[in-house]
Amino acid sequence: MKDLDKGFQADENHEPKENARRDFLKKSSLLTAVALTPGVAVKAAENHLDEKVAAAFEKMPVNIIVNGKPHKLSIEPRVTLLDLLREQLHLTGTKKGCDYGQCGACTVHVDGQRVNSCLTLAMTVDGKKVTSIEGLAKGDELHPMQEAFIKHDGFQCGYCTPGQIMSAVACIREGHANSETEIREYMSGNICRCGAYPNIVNAIQEVKNGGQQV
Amino acid sequence: MKQQAQHTPPFTEGINRVDGIMKVTGAAKYSAEYELPGMTYAVFAISNITKGIITSIDIKAAERAPGVLAVLTHLNAPKVPGYESGKDPSKPPTTGGPLKFFVDNTVKYNGQPIAMVVADSFERATYAASLIKAQYKKEQHETDTEKNKFKAAAPKGGRNGGDYKRGTPDDWKTAAVKVEQEYVVPINVHNPMELSVTLAHWTADDKVTVYAKTQGVKSTQNAIAQAFKLPVENVQVTTKFVGGAFGNALRTWPHEIATVQAAKLVKRPVKTVLTRELQFNTVGYRPYTWQKVSMGASADGKLTGIIHEATAQTSSFEEFTEGTVNMTRFMYACPSVGTVYKITPLDVNTPTWMRGPGEATGAFALESAMDELADKLGIDPIELRIRNHADTDPENGKPFSSKNLKEAYEMGADKIGWSKRKLKPGTLTEDGWLIGYGMGTGVFGAGRGRATVKAALLDSGTLLIQTSVTDIGVGTGTAMTQIASEIFTGIPVKKIKFELGDSSLPPSPTQGGSTITSTVGGAVHDACTQLKEKFQQLIGNGGTDKPDYVKVLKEKNLPQLEVTVTSSGSTEMRNFSSYSYSVHFVKVKVHPKTGVVRVDNVVSVADSGHIVSPKTARSQIIGGAIGGIGMALMEEGIMDHRYGRYVNNNYADYHVPISADIPQIDALFVNKPDYRVNPMGAKGMGEIALIGMSAAVANAVYNATGKRIRELPITPDKLLA
Ligand code: FES
Ligand code: FES
Repeated sequence: MKDLDKGFQADENHEPKENARRDFLKKSSLLTAVALTPGVAVKAAENHLDEKVAAAFEKMPVNIIVNGKPHKLSIEPRVTLLDLLREQLHLTGTKKGCDYGQCGACTVHVDGQRVNSCLTLAMTVDGKKVTSIEGLAKGDELHPMQEAFIKHDGFQCGYCTPGQIMSAVACIREGHANSETEIREYMSGNICRCGAYPNIVNAIQEVKNGGQQV
Repeated sequence: MKQQAQHTPPFTEGINRVDGIMKVTGAAKYSAEYELPGMTYAVFAISNITKGIITSIDIKAAERAPGVLAVLTHLNAPKVPGYESGKDPSKPPTTGGPLKFFVDNTVKYNGQPIAMVVADSFERATYAASLIKAQYKKEQHETDTEKNKFKAAAPKGGRNGGDYKRGTPDDWKTAAVKVEQEYVVPINVHNPMELSVTLAHWTADDKVTVYAKTQGVKSTQNAIAQAFKLPVENVQVTTKFVGGAFGNALRTWPHEIATVQAAKLVKRPVKTVLTRELQFNTVGYRPYTWQKVSMGASADGKLTGIIHEATAQTSSFEEFTEGTVNMTRFMYACPSVGTVYKITPLDVNTPTWMRGPGEATGAFALESAMDELADKLGIDPIELRIRNHADTDPENGKPFSSKNLKEAYEMGADKIGWSKRKLKPGTLTEDGWLIGYGMGTGVFGAGRGRATVKAALLDSGTLLIQTSVTDIGVGTGTAMTQIASEIFTGIPVKKIKFELGDSSLPPSPTQGGSTITSTVGGAVHDACTQLKEKFQQLIGNGGTDKPDYVKVLKEKNLPQLEVTVTSSGSTEMRNFSSYSYSVHFVKVKVHPKTGVVRVDNVVSVADSGHIVSPKTARSQIIGGAIGGIGMALMEEGIMDHRYGRYVNNNYADYHVPISADIPQIDALFVNKPDYRVNPMGAKGMGEIALIGMSAAVANAVYNATGKRIRELPITPDKLLA
């Protein structure tokens, strides 16, 4: 278990361990299969002890600080940061639009950088700081970008909005908000199917030109 | 109908979106985001053949995979009682019926779900679904509309069936100036940002709660009640926020019924979130449509005859039709018009309405053809439209309830600098780019349906308004709040609470077809007006217009005062034709060497009555314009017909406009109220925001290059060919 603590790495050294785990799972699956009555679609999976053990083997410890709050978690290595936030931490402000890094709805900050959380395995942010839309406002006081989005009506349905705002904040911080054209270019990883782009650009310009701390 | 305000209300900036703070902080809860104890996740295994029979399906490995609770296939899925009785769980657009999942071994389209895995985590369900193996007996499939056009036939039912003819449409053939051209609109996919979601939870043997991505909680409630033979009130549907839909959540789709079915089986909440790929063939799309417009005009530019034909695709099991050719019947004052509409059944899932349904496709052809005609006549395209302006509805002879289209042309032309446009194409350049200006008109029916609204003044000073309508993002809550605040002028906007998206609230129609502001807004207006009257009665004659509601309620010892009002359009409307209009103006730059088209300037003008909520209305028009730009320049669902499968079913390959594609857009409003439609004088604008835009872009591209692209999208390869 010791080397597992370091997190899953697909290098050769870990191969045997992986295989061992697979073998174990295979055996446990077999046990489950015996317990199955044919023709019955429902399987009371939660009662099978072997599977619980298998599940424990499938999980890895990870420490993530989300919006300033440390989380000590045990998760499957295949879990994306997006699904971790939404399904396990119930921080649903971060949205899933594609799951393939194509739309930007899932944009969060990891150690201050904007990333697509659907393309980020949660294991890889071990020890890092994640900021999601829920962590942007200071209590009841909205972040200037959130204010500007409301003022300029930078959305309709609001589904792309958390990603747009996280991207917009990063866009200014990166120094990529010096002109309308530059903003459009550096915000083009965030799709808005409702078509709020001009309003979004105006909101970002206002925050940038207002010189507020982002 | 109550006293109507006959003045033109002031056009102001409008209030901020009432749900804005929730949307910018991540607090807004979309349907997948409800937390229920014991949540489980459903993932589909899909067919990789297009037509045929499943001869065997191996689910053993999936069943054994960790965390799996159930695997449903046609062999073991519990019966859906409503399916058995032959009743369809959702109303099909016309005839036939939607597919039912897991009832037999037939495969009717590529990507059809053949099994559903329910597991205790999304990852586990996804993995288990990948273990399912099926054997098939394949049959020859057909997915190409063009190749199968010979099978096209008039629809058997529905509103769009039947040819239309007035006068002698063939007159176009003998006209002084003629246009006869074919136009193609490919498959467009709604692709809202929010994936389709159904979350079902049986709270008792005969009671189910569903959080669904739907445009109508009531219609979803009915569909589920019917499918599971439950009393309607035993089905609770909640949809507080919708992440865009554009038509793809107008129906209850089979995967939603399957989710409810699975939840019953596993006795735990089941959440189904369709993948982006499945958005392409599970929840509808704008059908591939071939069109031909033949039109003729006298030498002075008066239309003498138009024939508009269209053939669109549908599925093998269900007729889908839309009003593709209908606008040609009433758009221009032409004595002789004929329309023909046909559909071709293919081995695909059923298409559905997508923003500007039918009309957006039809307007591309009609408004392109008008531009071609103007070009042949050597006159300005706006001038051609003005010469053929319909003062009364040529389809039925009725007067229009209101029509300010000429003013809209003028406003837009002024704003975009139409005078800079050259009549001769390909003659204007800027910095090595070819410059062109184009315009196109959009139109959509503006009716008012029936809705029920409850309005209550609470002793906390809050005005609570409730109805079941959903808000797919356009700002319904904001518009309704604005309407209420104009009646209860003494109550601050912050104290007005509009509650929506819940099937237990008084019934409103499904959100679609640009009717909500008129229908629900009309009912909100009537409910608030009656509540105010009730209050006046309470305080007796001589009461002020702005009483201290809280004080009065306290004095009278009342916790609240409420009314529930059902209202619909006036009978007077039968004597009128009522439409909303849009005129889109576009300036494009086309690179002569690469064929790249850049949209440089856009002005969209809406003639849709009084603008109730200016801020959200502006965004709605801009959003529709952008959707239209996507349709014109990039959107195309591409199928490899050899396999009957999409090759671009994701956001990277199916292009939608991104920020870098879109300039600043001017949304202008004629803003003249039409009190015949409803007491606010407002007409819908969701559809007209998009309808006509693709033609405007195509016409601008022609003006820039002299190349007429009649098959969307207008990609560089077509311009260089
Ligand atoms: S969900 Fe991550 S980019 Fe689309
Ligand atoms: S606001 Fe709906 S997708 Fe951007």
